Amino acid sequence: MPMTITEKILAAHAGKDRVVPGEMIAARVDLALANDITGPVAIKEFEKIGVSNVFDRERVAMVPDHFTPNKDIKSAELARLVRDFSRKHGIVNYFEVGRAGVEHCLLPEQGLVGPGDLVVGADSHTCTYGALGAFSTGVGSTDLAAAMALGEVWLKVPETVRFEFEGELQPWVGGKDLILRVIGDIGVDGALYQAMEFAGPAIEKLSMDGRFTMCNMAVEAGAKNGIIAPDEVTRAYVEGRCRRPYRFYQSDPGARYKKVYRYDASRIEPQVAFPHLPENSRPVSEAGLVEIDQVVIGSCTNGRMEDLREAARVLEGKKVHKNVRLLIFPGTQEIYLQSLKEGLIETFVRAGAAVGTPTCGPCLGGHAGILAAGERCVATTNRNFVGRMGHPESEVYLSGPAVAAASAVAGRIASPLEVE
Amino acid sequence: MELKGRVWKFGSDVDTDAIIPARHLNTADPAELARHCMEDADPDFPLKVKPGDIIVAGKNFGCGSSREHAPIAIKAAGVSCVIAGTFARIFYRNAFNIGLPIFESPEAAEDVGEGDEVAVDPETGTIKNLTTGKTYRAAPVPPFMRQIIAAGGLINYVAARVKKEGARGGKT
Ligand code: SF4
Repeated sequence: MPMTITEKILAAHAGKDRVVPGEMIAARVDLALANDITGPVAIKEFEKIGVSNVFDRERVAMVPDHFTPNKDIKSAELARLVRDFSRKHGIVNYFEVGRAGVEHCLLPEQGLVGPGDLVVGADSHTCTYGALGAFSTGVGSTDLAAAMALGEVWLKVPETVRFEFEGELQPWVGGKDLILRVIGDIGVDGALYQAMEFAGPAIEKLSMDGRFTMCNMAVEAGAKNGIIAPDEVTRAYVEGRCRRPYRFYQSDPGARYKKVYRYDASRIEPQVAFPHLPENSRPVSEAGLVEIDQVVIGSCTNGRMEDLREAARVLEGKKVHKNVRLLIFPGTQEIYLQSLKEGLIETFVRAGAAVGTPTCGPCLGGHAGILAAGERCVATTNRNFVGRMGHPESEVYLSGPAVAAASAVAGRIASPLEVE
Repeated sequence: MELKGRVWKFGSDVDTDAIIPARHLNTADPAELARHCMEDADPDFPLKVKPGDIIVAGKNFGCGSSREHAPIAIKAAGVSCVIAGTFARIFYRNAFNIGLPIFESPEAAEDVGEGDEVAVDPETGTIKNLTTGKTYRAAPVPPFMRQIIAAGGLINYVAARVKKEGARGGKT
Protein backbone atom coordinates (compact mmCIF):
# COMPACT_ATOMS: atom_id res chain seq x y z
CA MET A 1 0.00 0.00 0.00
CA PRO A 2 1.70 3.22 -1.13
CA MET A 3 1.96 5.95 1.51
CA THR A 4 2.74 9.67 1.58
CA ILE A 5 5.82 10.93 3.39
CA THR A 6 3.62 12.16 6.25
CA GLU A 7 1.97 8.75 6.63
CA LYS A 8 5.35 6.99 6.57
CA ILE A 9 6.83 9.14 9.32
CA LEU A 10 3.73 8.72 11.47
CA ALA A 11 3.69 4.95 10.92
CA ALA A 12 7.35 4.69 11.89
CA HIS A 13 6.74 6.63 15.11
CA ALA A 14 3.68 4.59 15.98
CA GLY A 15 5.56 1.33 15.48
CA LYS A 16 3.31 0.31 12.61
CA ASP A 17 3.89 -0.84 9.06
CA ARG A 18 1.23 1.45 7.74
CA VAL A 19 -1.30 4.04 8.81
CA VAL A 20 -4.31 5.43 6.98
CA PRO A 21 -5.84 8.91 7.12
CA GLY A 22 -8.37 9.25 9.92
CA GLU A 23 -6.66 6.66 12.11
CA MET A 24 -5.79 7.69 15.68
CA ILE A 25 -2.26 6.78 16.70
CA ALA A 26 0.00 7.11 19.71
CA ALA A 27 3.32 8.29 18.31
CA ARG A 28 6.79 8.59 19.79
CA VAL A 29 8.06 12.18 20.01
CA ASP A 30 11.61 13.09 18.97
CA LEU A 31 11.43 16.67 20.24
CA ALA A 32 8.91 18.66 22.27
CA LEU A 33 9.24 22.43 22.49
CA ALA A 34 7.67 25.40 24.20
CA ASN A 35 8.32 29.12 24.50
CA ASP A 36 7.93 31.81 27.16
CA ILE A 37 4.18 32.15 26.55
CA THR A 38 3.10 28.54 26.14
CA GLY A 39 5.81 27.08 28.40
CA PRO A 40 4.42 28.39 31.71
CA VAL A 41 0.97 26.90 31.00
CA ALA A 42 2.55 23.60 29.92
CA ILE A 43 4.73 23.51 33.04
CA LYS A 44 1.72 24.08 35.30
CA GLU A 45 -0.13 21.20 33.64
CA PHE A 46 2.97 18.99 33.59
CA GLU A 47 3.29 19.35 37.34
CA LYS A 48 -0.22 17.97 37.81
CA ILE A 49 0.58 14.72 36.02
CA GLY A 50 2.58 13.29 38.88
CA VAL A 51 5.86 12.42 37.17
CA SER A 52 9.11 13.63 38.67
CA ASN A 53 10.89 14.43 35.43
CA VAL A 54 10.48 14.95 31.69
CA PHE A 55 10.64 11.89 29.42
CA ASP A 56 14.07 12.85 28.10
CA ARG A 57 15.84 16.03 29.09
CA GLU A 58 17.67 16.18 25.76
CA ARG A 59 14.42 16.03 23.81
CA VAL A 60 12.59 18.91 25.43
CA ALA A 61 13.49 22.40 24.15
CA MET A 62 12.58 25.65 25.87
CA VAL A 63 13.02 28.83 23.87
CA PRO A 64 12.02 32.10 25.53
CA ASP A 65 11.68 34.19 22.39
CA HIS A 66 8.32 35.95 22.36
CA PHE A 67 8.46 38.65 25.02
CA THR A 68 12.23 38.57 25.45
CA PRO A 69 14.38 40.40 26.34
CA ASN A 70 11.67 40.64 29.01
CA LYS A 71 9.34 43.44 27.98
CA ASP A 72 7.75 44.02 31.38
CA ILE A 73 7.57 42.60 34.88
CA LYS A 74 4.89 40.05 34.12
CA SER A 75 6.80 38.66 31.13
CA ALA A 76 9.94 38.56 33.24
CA GLU A 77 8.04 36.34 35.69
CA LEU A 78 6.94 34.04 32.86
CA ALA A 79 10.48 33.82 31.51
CA ARG A 80 11.75 33.03 35.00
CA LEU A 81 9.24 30.23 35.38
CA VAL A 82 10.55 28.61 32.20
CA ARG A 83 14.17 29.17 33.26
CA ASP A 84 13.62 27.71 36.74
CA PHE A 85 11.83 24.68 35.35
CA SER A 86 14.60 24.12 32.83
CA ARG A 87 17.27 24.30 35.53
CA LYS A 88 15.36 22.03 37.87
CA HIS A 89 14.84 19.38 35.21
CA GLY A 90 18.24 19.79 33.57
CA ILE A 91 16.67 20.69 30.23
CA VAL A 92 19.70 20.59 27.93
CA ASN A 93 18.12 22.70 25.20
CA TYR A 94 17.08 25.75 27.14
CA PHE A 95 18.17 28.81 25.19
CA GLU A 96 18.90 31.98 27.11
CA VAL A 97 18.65 35.47 25.63
CA GLY A 98 21.93 36.23 23.88
CA ARG A 99 22.35 32.60 22.87
CA ALA A 100 18.95 32.13 21.34
CA GLY A 101 16.61 33.40 18.68
CA VAL A 102 13.16 32.80 17.29
CA GLU A 103 12.44 29.13 18.05
CA HIS A 104 11.69 27.97 14.52
CA CYS A 105 14.85 29.57 13.13
CA LEU A 106 16.89 28.35 16.06
CA LEU A 107 16.08 24.65 16.48
CA PRO A 108 16.88 23.53 12.92
CA GLU A 109 19.97 25.75 12.90
CA GLN A 110 21.16 24.07 16.10
CA GLY A 111 20.68 20.64 14.55
CA LEU A 112 17.89 19.69 16.94
CA VAL A 113 15.47 18.66 14.21
CA GLY A 114 16.26 16.29 11.39
CA PRO A 115 14.58 14.56 8.45
CA GLY A 116 12.16 11.84 9.49
CA ASP A 117 11.67 13.28 13.00
CA LEU A 118 8.35 13.71 14.74
CA VAL A 119 8.20 17.03 16.53
CA VAL A 120 5.46 18.65 18.58
CA GLY A 121 5.67 22.22 19.80
CA ALA A 122 3.44 24.44 21.84
CA ASP A 123 3.55 26.96 19.05
CA SER A 124 1.46 26.81 15.91
CA HIS A 125 4.41 27.45 13.61
CA THR A 126 6.14 24.27 14.71
CA CYS A 127 5.02 23.09 11.26
CA THR A 128 8.11 24.94 9.93
CA TYR A 129 10.34 21.86 10.33
CA GLY A 130 8.41 19.96 7.69
CA ALA A 131 10.86 21.71 5.35
CA LEU A 132 13.45 19.17 6.51
CA GLY A 133 11.21 16.22 5.69
CA ALA A 134 10.05 15.85 9.29
CA PHE A 135 6.51 15.55 10.63
CA SER A 136 6.09 18.56 12.81
CA THR A 137 2.98 20.12 14.25
CA GLY A 138 1.79 22.74 16.71
CA VAL A 139 -0.14 21.71 19.81
CA GLY A 140 -1.55 23.46 22.84
CA SER A 141 0.21 23.66 26.19
CA THR A 142 -1.71 20.75 27.73
CA ASP A 143 -0.90 18.43 24.84
CA LEU A 144 2.70 19.53 25.21
CA ALA A 145 2.67 18.80 28.93
CA ALA A 146 1.51 15.26 28.16
CA ALA A 147 4.24 14.89 25.54
CA MET A 148 6.88 16.16 27.97
CA ALA A 149 5.77 13.54 30.49
CA LEU A 150 5.26 10.57 28.18
CA GLY A 151 7.41 11.25 25.13
CA GLU A 152 4.32 10.37 23.21
CA VAL A 153 1.47 12.16 21.50
CA TRP A 154 -1.94 11.14 20.20
CA LEU A 155 -2.47 12.16 16.61
CA LYS A 156 -5.05 11.65 13.96
CA VAL A 157 -3.37 10.73 10.69
CA PRO A 158 -4.19 13.58 8.30
CA GLU A 159 -5.19 13.33 4.68
CA THR A 160 -2.57 14.87 2.39
CA VAL A 161 -3.03 17.60 -0.20
CA ARG A 162 -0.20 17.95 -2.68
CA PHE A 163 0.99 21.17 -4.31
CA GLU A 164 3.24 20.77 -7.35
CA PHE A 165 5.21 23.68 -8.70
CA GLU A 166 6.66 23.59 -12.20
CA GLY A 167 8.74 26.25 -13.92
CA GLU A 168 11.37 28.82 -12.96
CA LEU A 169 10.75 31.43 -10.31
CA GLN A 170 10.73 35.03 -11.48
CA PRO A 171 13.33 37.41 -10.01
CA TRP A 172 12.48 38.49 -6.44
CA VAL A 173 10.00 35.64 -6.03
CA GLY A 174 10.61 33.23 -3.16
CA GLY A 175 8.98 30.72 -0.86
CA LYS A 176 6.86 33.42 0.76
CA ASP A 177 5.25 34.37 -2.52
CA LEU A 178 4.46 30.77 -3.38
CA ILE A 179 2.84 30.07 -0.04
CA LEU A 180 0.89 33.35 0.00
CA ARG A 181 -0.42 32.49 -3.47
CA VAL A 182 -1.48 29.03 -2.28
CA ILE A 183 -3.25 30.39 0.80
CA GLY A 184 -4.87 33.03 -1.37
CA ASP A 185 -6.24 30.25 -3.57
CA ILE A 186 -7.39 27.73 -0.96
CA GLY A 187 -8.23 30.06 1.95
CA VAL A 188 -7.30 30.12 5.63
CA ASP A 189 -9.11 26.83 6.22
CA GLY A 190 -8.35 25.38 2.79
CA ALA A 191 -6.22 22.59 4.27
CA LEU A 192 -7.96 22.26 7.64
CA TYR A 193 -6.69 19.16 9.53
CA GLN A 194 -4.68 18.11 6.46
CA ALA A 195 -1.04 17.67 5.52
CA MET A 196 0.26 20.05 2.84
CA GLU A 197 2.96 18.43 0.73
CA PHE A 198 4.99 20.73 -1.51
CA ALA A 199 6.79 19.23 -4.48
CA GLY A 200 7.93 19.75 -8.06
CA PRO A 201 10.95 21.18 -9.85
CA ALA A 202 10.50 24.71 -8.46
CA ILE A 203 10.51 23.35 -4.90
CA GLU A 204 13.56 21.21 -5.60
CA LYS A 205 15.39 24.38 -6.63
CA LEU A 206 14.25 26.26 -3.55
CA SER A 207 16.86 26.83 -0.83
CA MET A 208 16.38 25.44 2.68
CA ASP A 209 15.44 28.94 3.88
CA GLY A 210 12.74 29.24 1.22
CA ARG A 211 11.40 25.83 2.17
CA PHE A 212 11.22 26.77 5.86
CA THR A 213 9.18 29.81 4.87
CA MET A 214 6.69 27.70 2.94
CA CYS A 215 6.16 25.04 5.58
CA ASN A 216 6.01 27.74 8.27
CA MET A 217 2.78 29.06 6.83
CA ALA A 218 1.02 25.72 6.33
CA VAL A 219 -0.89 26.43 9.55
CA GLU A 220 -2.19 29.62 7.95
CA ALA A 221 -4.25 27.37 5.68
CA GLY A 222 -5.40 25.38 8.72
CA ALA A 223 -3.04 22.47 8.00
CA LYS A 224 -1.71 20.06 10.58
CA ASN A 225 1.70 20.02 8.93
CA GLY A 226 3.55 21.18 5.85
CA ILE A 227 6.18 18.91 4.37
CA ILE A 228 8.81 18.75 1.64
CA ALA A 229 10.58 15.50 0.77
CA PRO A 230 14.26 15.72 1.74
CA ASP A 231 16.81 15.83 -1.09
CA GLU A 232 20.38 16.98 -1.70
CA VAL A 233 19.55 20.52 -0.55
CA THR A 234 18.29 19.05 2.73
CA ARG A 235 21.32 16.80 3.01
CA ALA A 236 23.71 19.71 2.60
CA TYR A 237 21.88 21.54 5.39
CA VAL A 238 21.69 18.72 7.92
CA GLU A 239 25.09 17.11 7.34
CA GLY A 240 27.42 17.93 10.18
CA ARG A 241 24.63 19.89 11.83
CA CYS A 242 22.03 17.38 12.91
CA ARG A 243 22.81 15.94 16.32
CA ARG A 244 20.74 12.78 15.99
CA PRO A 245 20.60 10.13 13.26
CA TYR A 246 18.06 11.08 10.63
CA ARG A 247 16.17 9.30 7.93
CA PHE A 248 14.96 10.42 4.52
CA TYR A 249 11.40 9.45 3.65
CA GLN A 250 9.69 10.01 0.30
CA SER A 251 6.09 9.71 -0.80
CA ASP A 252 5.49 6.52 -2.78
CA PRO A 253 4.37 6.71 -6.38
CA GLY A 254 0.66 6.04 -6.24
CA ALA A 255 0.26 7.45 -2.71
CA ARG A 256 -3.25 8.74 -2.11
CA TYR A 257 -3.87 12.47 -2.07
CA LYS A 258 -7.07 14.20 -1.17
CA LYS A 259 -6.31 16.65 -3.93
CA VAL A 260 -3.39 17.68 -6.14
CA TYR A 261 -2.90 21.33 -7.10
CA ARG A 262 -0.57 22.27 -9.93
CA TYR A 263 1.12 25.63 -10.29
CA ASP A 264 3.25 27.20 -12.96
CA ALA A 265 5.69 28.94 -10.62
CA SER A 266 6.98 31.16 -13.43
CA ARG A 267 3.62 32.95 -13.43
CA ILE A 268 3.66 33.83 -9.76
CA GLU A 269 4.58 37.45 -8.99
CA PRO A 270 5.76 38.75 -5.63
CA GLN A 271 2.67 38.70 -3.40
CA VAL A 272 1.17 40.88 -0.70
CA ALA A 273 -1.56 39.69 1.69
CA PHE A 274 -3.88 42.51 2.63
CA PRO A 275 -5.51 42.92 6.06
CA HIS A 276 -6.88 41.04 7.89
CA LEU A 277 -6.30 37.49 6.68
CA PRO A 278 -3.32 35.77 5.03
CA GLU A 279 -5.70 34.58 2.28
CA ASN A 280 -6.10 38.15 1.01
CA SER A 281 -3.04 37.84 -1.18
CA ARG A 282 -2.63 39.54 -4.51
CA PRO A 283 0.28 40.32 -6.84
CA VAL A 284 2.24 43.39 -5.71
CA SER A 285 1.52 44.99 -9.10
CA GLU A 286 -2.15 45.06 -8.11
CA ALA A 287 -1.59 46.54 -4.65
CA GLY A 288 -2.52 50.07 -5.65
CA LEU A 289 -1.35 53.04 -3.58
CA VAL A 290 -0.93 51.91 0.02
CA GLU A 291 1.18 54.32 2.06
CA ILE A 292 2.86 52.78 5.08
CA ASP A 293 4.32 53.75 8.46
CA GLN A 294 6.42 50.74 9.35
CA VAL A 295 8.16 47.74 7.86
CA VAL A 296 9.19 44.66 9.83
CA ILE A 297 11.68 42.17 8.41
CA GLY A 298 12.26 39.08 10.53
CA SER A 299 10.25 36.35 12.32
CA CYS A 300 10.15 32.58 12.01
CA THR A 301 8.82 33.06 8.49
CA ASN A 302 11.49 35.32 6.99
CA GLY A 303 14.24 36.04 9.51
CA ARG A 304 16.90 33.77 7.98
CA MET A 305 20.13 34.50 6.06
CA GLU A 306 18.62 34.36 2.61
CA ASP A 307 15.87 36.76 3.70
CA LEU A 308 18.31 39.28 5.12
CA ARG A 309 20.56 39.02 2.08
CA GLU A 310 17.58 39.68 -0.15
CA ALA A 311 16.55 42.71 1.92
CA ALA A 312 20.13 44.02 1.83
CA ARG A 313 20.27 43.67 -1.96
CA VAL A 314 17.27 45.96 -2.20
CA LEU A 315 18.47 48.39 0.46
CA GLU A 316 22.13 48.65 -0.64
CA GLY A 317 22.95 52.34 -1.15
CA LYS A 318 19.33 53.41 -0.56
CA LYS A 319 17.56 55.24 2.22
CA VAL A 320 14.44 54.28 4.11
CA HIS A 321 11.59 56.66 3.21
CA LYS A 322 11.26 59.59 5.63
CA ASN A 323 7.79 58.50 6.75
CA VAL A 324 8.75 54.91 7.42
CA ARG A 325 10.35 53.05 10.33
CA LEU A 326 12.16 49.93 9.14
CA LEU A 327 12.75 47.32 11.84
CA ILE A 328 14.93 44.31 11.13
CA PHE A 329 15.22 41.31 13.47
CA PRO A 330 17.72 38.60 12.52
CA GLY A 331 16.18 35.25 13.45
CA THR A 332 18.99 33.99 15.68
CA GLN A 333 22.31 35.06 17.15
CA GLU A 334 24.10 32.99 14.48
CA ILE A 335 22.18 34.79 11.75
CA TYR A 336 22.97 38.12 13.42
CA LEU A 337 26.66 37.29 13.47
CA GLN A 338 26.74 36.07 9.89
CA SER A 339 24.90 39.23 8.80
CA LEU A 340 27.54 41.29 10.56
CA LYS A 341 30.33 39.42 8.80
CA GLU A 342 28.69 39.85 5.42
CA GLY A 343 28.18 43.56 5.98
CA LEU A 344 24.39 43.31 5.88
CA ILE A 345 23.93 45.00 9.23
CA GLU A 346 26.00 47.95 8.01
CA THR A 347 23.84 48.16 4.89
CA PHE A 348 20.72 48.19 7.06
CA VAL A 349 21.97 50.82 9.49
CA ARG A 350 23.26 53.05 6.71
CA ALA A 351 19.87 52.81 5.03
CA GLY A 352 18.29 54.09 8.23
CA ALA A 353 16.88 50.84 9.61
CA ALA A 354 16.71 49.87 13.27
CA VAL A 355 18.28 46.45 13.78
CA GLY A 356 16.99 44.59 16.82
CA THR A 357 18.12 41.60 18.80
CA PRO A 358 16.54 38.30 17.73
CA THR A 359 13.00 38.14 19.16
CA CYS A 360 9.43 37.62 18.01
CA GLY A 361 8.88 41.20 19.14
CA PRO A 362 6.29 42.96 16.98
CA CYS A 363 5.31 39.85 14.99
CA LEU A 364 2.65 38.99 17.55
CA GLY A 365 2.24 42.53 18.84
CA GLY A 366 4.46 41.77 21.82
CA HIS A 367 6.92 44.64 21.91
CA ALA A 368 9.63 46.47 19.97
CA GLY A 369 7.50 47.89 17.19
CA ILE A 370 3.82 48.06 18.17
CA LEU A 371 1.48 49.97 15.85
CA ALA A 372 -0.77 52.88 16.82
CA ALA A 373 -4.37 53.20 15.65
CA GLY A 374 -4.53 53.72 11.90
CA GLU A 375 -0.91 52.80 11.25
CA ARG A 376 0.03 50.45 8.43
CA CYS A 377 2.90 48.01 8.35
CA VAL A 378 4.37 45.74 5.70
CA ALA A 379 5.79 42.68 7.47
CA THR A 380 7.58 39.50 6.45
CA THR A 381 5.71 37.73 9.25
CA ASN A 382 2.86 35.25 8.83
CA ARG A 383 -0.32 36.75 10.30
CA ASN A 384 -2.18 39.95 9.60
CA PHE A 385 -5.20 39.41 11.86
CA VAL A 386 -6.95 42.39 13.46
CA GLY A 387 -4.67 43.79 16.18
CA ARG A 388 -1.90 41.30 15.47
CA MET A 389 0.84 43.96 15.64
CA GLY A 390 -0.81 46.42 17.99
CA HIS A 391 -3.91 48.58 17.94
CA PRO A 392 -7.02 46.81 16.61
CA GLU A 393 -7.32 49.62 14.07
CA SER A 394 -3.81 49.13 12.70
CA GLU A 395 -3.11 47.15 9.54
CA VAL A 396 -0.54 44.52 8.60
CA TYR A 397 0.33 43.60 5.01
CA LEU A 398 2.31 40.37 4.58
CA SER A 399 5.06 39.99 1.99
CA GLY A 400 8.48 38.52 1.36
CA PRO A 401 11.67 40.41 2.29
CA ALA A 402 12.19 41.96 -1.16
CA VAL A 403 8.79 43.64 -1.28
CA ALA A 404 9.14 44.65 2.38
CA ALA A 405 12.51 46.31 1.79
CA ALA A 406 11.32 47.99 -1.42
CA SER A 407 8.25 49.29 0.40
CA ALA A 408 10.43 50.72 3.15
CA VAL A 409 12.32 52.71 0.52
CA ALA A 410 9.24 53.79 -1.44
CA GLY A 411 7.09 54.68 1.58
CA ARG A 412 4.27 52.64 0.09
CA ILE A 413 3.77 49.04 -0.94
CA ALA A 414 6.21 48.60 -3.81
CA SER A 415 7.83 45.95 -5.96
CA PRO A 416 11.63 45.64 -5.77
CA LEU A 417 11.64 46.34 -9.51
CA GLU A 418 10.34 49.85 -8.80
CA VAL A 419 13.23 50.88 -6.57
CA GLU A 420 16.11 49.16 -8.43
CA MET B 1 -25.87 18.58 32.28
CA GLU B 2 -27.65 20.89 29.91
CA LEU B 3 -25.79 24.00 28.76
CA LYS B 4 -28.08 26.96 28.38
CA GLY B 5 -27.65 30.65 27.69
CA ARG B 6 -27.88 33.69 25.48
CA VAL B 7 -26.11 33.57 22.15
CA TRP B 8 -23.30 35.92 21.15
CA LYS B 9 -22.80 35.62 17.45
CA PHE B 10 -19.49 36.01 15.62
CA GLY B 11 -18.43 35.55 11.99
CA SER B 12 -16.02 33.12 10.34
CA ASP B 13 -12.27 32.76 10.90
CA VAL B 14 -12.33 34.22 14.43
CA ASP B 15 -8.62 33.98 15.24
CA THR B 16 -6.94 33.50 18.59
CA ASP B 17 -5.59 37.07 18.46
CA ALA B 18 -9.21 38.23 18.47
CA ILE B 19 -10.13 35.82 21.26
CA ILE B 20 -7.23 36.92 23.45
CA PRO B 21 -4.77 39.47 22.00
CA ALA B 22 -1.06 38.84 22.61
CA ARG B 23 -0.78 42.08 24.58
CA HIS B 24 -2.51 40.21 27.41
CA LEU B 25 -0.43 37.06 27.19
CA ASN B 26 2.04 38.24 29.79
CA THR B 27 -0.23 36.44 32.23
CA ALA B 28 -1.73 32.96 32.26
CA ASP B 29 -4.23 33.80 35.02
CA PRO B 30 -7.68 32.69 33.79
CA ALA B 31 -9.56 35.51 35.57
CA GLU B 32 -7.32 38.14 34.03
CA LEU B 33 -7.54 36.56 30.57
CA ALA B 34 -11.35 36.50 30.91
CA ARG B 35 -11.37 40.28 31.36
CA HIS B 36 -10.07 40.61 27.77
CA CYS B 37 -11.92 37.74 26.16
CA MET B 38 -12.93 38.48 22.53
CA GLU B 39 -12.06 42.14 23.00
CA ASP B 40 -10.60 42.69 19.53
CA ALA B 41 -13.76 41.22 17.98
CA ASP B 42 -16.13 43.05 20.33
CA PRO B 43 -14.56 45.41 22.91
CA ASP B 44 -17.63 45.21 25.19
CA PHE B 45 -17.86 41.43 25.20
CA PRO B 46 -16.11 40.90 28.57
CA LEU B 47 -18.61 43.31 30.19
CA LYS B 48 -21.70 41.93 28.48
CA VAL B 49 -21.16 38.19 28.74
CA LYS B 50 -23.02 36.37 31.52
CA PRO B 51 -22.32 32.93 33.01
CA GLY B 52 -23.81 30.23 30.81
CA ASP B 53 -23.84 32.33 27.64
CA ILE B 54 -22.97 30.63 24.38
CA ILE B 55 -20.68 31.75 21.55
CA VAL B 56 -21.90 30.86 18.06
CA ALA B 57 -19.54 31.47 15.14
CA GLY B 58 -18.97 30.52 11.51
CA LYS B 59 -16.23 28.35 10.08
CA ASN B 60 -12.65 27.93 11.31
CA PHE B 61 -13.20 29.27 14.84
CA GLY B 62 -9.95 29.68 16.79
CA CYS B 63 -7.58 29.78 13.84
CA GLY B 64 -4.07 31.12 14.29
CA SER B 65 -1.83 30.56 17.25
CA SER B 66 -1.68 27.52 19.53
CA ARG B 67 -2.29 29.63 22.63
CA GLU B 68 -4.35 27.67 25.10
CA HIS B 69 -5.05 31.04 26.68
CA ALA B 70 -7.84 31.34 24.08
CA PRO B 71 -10.14 28.53 25.29
CA ILE B 72 -9.06 29.32 28.87
CA ALA B 73 -10.22 32.94 28.46
CA ILE B 74 -13.57 31.84 26.99
CA LYS B 75 -14.15 29.30 29.73
CA ALA B 76 -13.13 31.71 32.50
CA ALA B 77 -15.46 34.36 31.06
CA GLY B 78 -18.30 32.02 31.98
CA VAL B 79 -19.17 30.93 28.45
CA SER B 80 -20.76 27.48 28.73
CA CYS B 81 -19.90 26.28 25.24
CA VAL B 82 -18.94 27.32 21.71
CA ILE B 83 -20.90 26.25 18.64
CA ALA B 84 -19.23 26.80 15.27
CA GLY B 85 -19.40 25.65 11.68
CA THR B 86 -15.89 24.23 12.00
CA PHE B 87 -13.04 24.71 14.44
CA ALA B 88 -9.37 25.26 13.71
CA ARG B 89 -7.34 22.18 14.53
CA ILE B 90 -5.28 23.26 17.54
CA PHE B 91 -8.17 25.15 19.15
CA TYR B 92 -10.35 22.04 18.79
CA ARG B 93 -7.93 19.89 20.75
CA ASN B 94 -7.14 22.57 23.29
CA ALA B 95 -10.82 23.02 24.09
CA PHE B 96 -11.25 19.31 24.90
CA ASN B 97 -7.98 19.23 26.82
CA ILE B 98 -8.99 22.05 29.15
CA GLY B 99 -12.67 21.15 29.37
CA LEU B 100 -14.40 23.82 27.29
CA PRO B 101 -17.37 22.14 25.58
CA ILE B 102 -17.48 22.81 21.83
CA PHE B 103 -19.92 21.67 19.15
CA GLU B 104 -19.56 21.56 15.41
CA SER B 105 -22.75 22.35 13.53
CA PRO B 106 -22.66 24.35 10.30
CA GLU B 107 -26.49 24.52 10.32
CA ALA B 108 -26.75 25.95 13.83
CA ALA B 109 -23.85 28.29 13.11
CA GLU B 110 -25.72 29.63 10.12
CA ASP B 111 -29.21 29.72 11.61
CA VAL B 112 -28.96 30.77 15.23
CA GLY B 113 -29.17 34.52 15.76
CA GLU B 114 -27.56 36.97 18.16
CA GLY B 115 -29.53 37.12 21.39
CA ASP B 116 -31.33 33.78 20.89
CA GLU B 117 -31.64 31.48 23.89
CA VAL B 118 -30.04 28.13 23.15
CA ALA B 119 -29.80 24.89 25.12
CA VAL B 120 -27.29 22.14 24.33
CA ASP B 121 -27.30 18.57 25.58
CA PRO B 122 -23.60 17.64 25.64
CA GLU B 123 -24.39 13.92 25.80
CA THR B 124 -26.33 13.77 22.55
CA GLY B 125 -25.02 16.90 20.84
CA THR B 126 -28.56 18.17 20.43
CA ILE B 127 -28.69 21.93 20.04
CA LYS B 128 -32.07 23.50 20.72
CA ASN B 129 -32.86 27.08 19.81
CA LEU B 130 -35.39 27.99 22.51
CA THR B 131 -36.20 31.27 20.77
CA THR B 132 -37.18 29.74 17.42
CA GLY B 133 -37.95 26.17 18.49
CA LYS B 134 -35.57 24.68 15.92
CA THR B 135 -33.17 21.86 16.80
CA TYR B 136 -29.84 20.84 15.33
CA ARG B 137 -27.51 17.92 15.76
CA ALA B 138 -23.80 18.59 16.35
CA ALA B 139 -21.16 16.42 14.67
CA PRO B 140 -20.35 13.42 16.88
CA VAL B 141 -17.37 13.81 19.19
CA PRO B 142 -14.48 11.51 18.10
CA PRO B 143 -13.94 8.48 20.39
CA PHE B 144 -10.53 9.66 21.63
CA MET B 145 -11.97 13.02 22.65
CA ARG B 146 -14.78 11.19 24.46
CA GLN B 147 -12.18 9.36 26.52
CA ILE B 148 -10.58 12.69 27.37
CA ILE B 149 -13.90 14.14 28.47
CA ALA B 150 -14.72 11.02 30.50
CA ALA B 151 -11.37 11.28 32.29
CA GLY B 152 -12.00 14.95 33.10
CA GLY B 153 -9.44 16.42 30.70
CA LEU B 154 -6.17 15.30 29.15
CA ILE B 155 -4.04 15.79 32.24
CA ASN B 156 -6.25 13.50 34.33
CA TYR B 157 -6.21 10.98 31.49
CA VAL B 158 -2.40 11.03 31.36
CA ALA B 159 -2.03 11.03 35.14
CA ALA B 160 -4.24 7.95 35.39
CA ARG B 161 -2.17 6.21 32.76
CA VAL B 162 1.11 7.08 34.46
CA LYS B 163 -0.26 5.76 37.75
CA LYS B 164 -1.38 2.53 36.14
CA GLU B 165 1.77 1.87 34.16
CA GLY B 166 4.23 3.12 36.73
CA ALA B 167 7.58 3.96 35.14
CA ARG B 168 7.62 5.49 31.66
CA GLY B 169 9.79 4.71 28.71
CA GLY B 170 12.61 7.03 27.73
CA LYS B 171 15.56 8.14 29.77
CA THR B 172 15.81 10.89 32.33
S1 SF4 C 1 8.11 35.03 15.05
FE1 SF4 C 1 5.90 35.42 15.18
S2 SF4 C 1 4.90 33.66 14.32
FE2 SF4 C 1 7.04 33.09 14.68
S3 SF4 C 1 7.06 32.12 16.70
FE3 SF4 C 1 7.45 34.28 17.01
S4 SF4 C 1 5.44 35.23 17.36
FE4 SF4 C 1 5.08 33.21 16.48
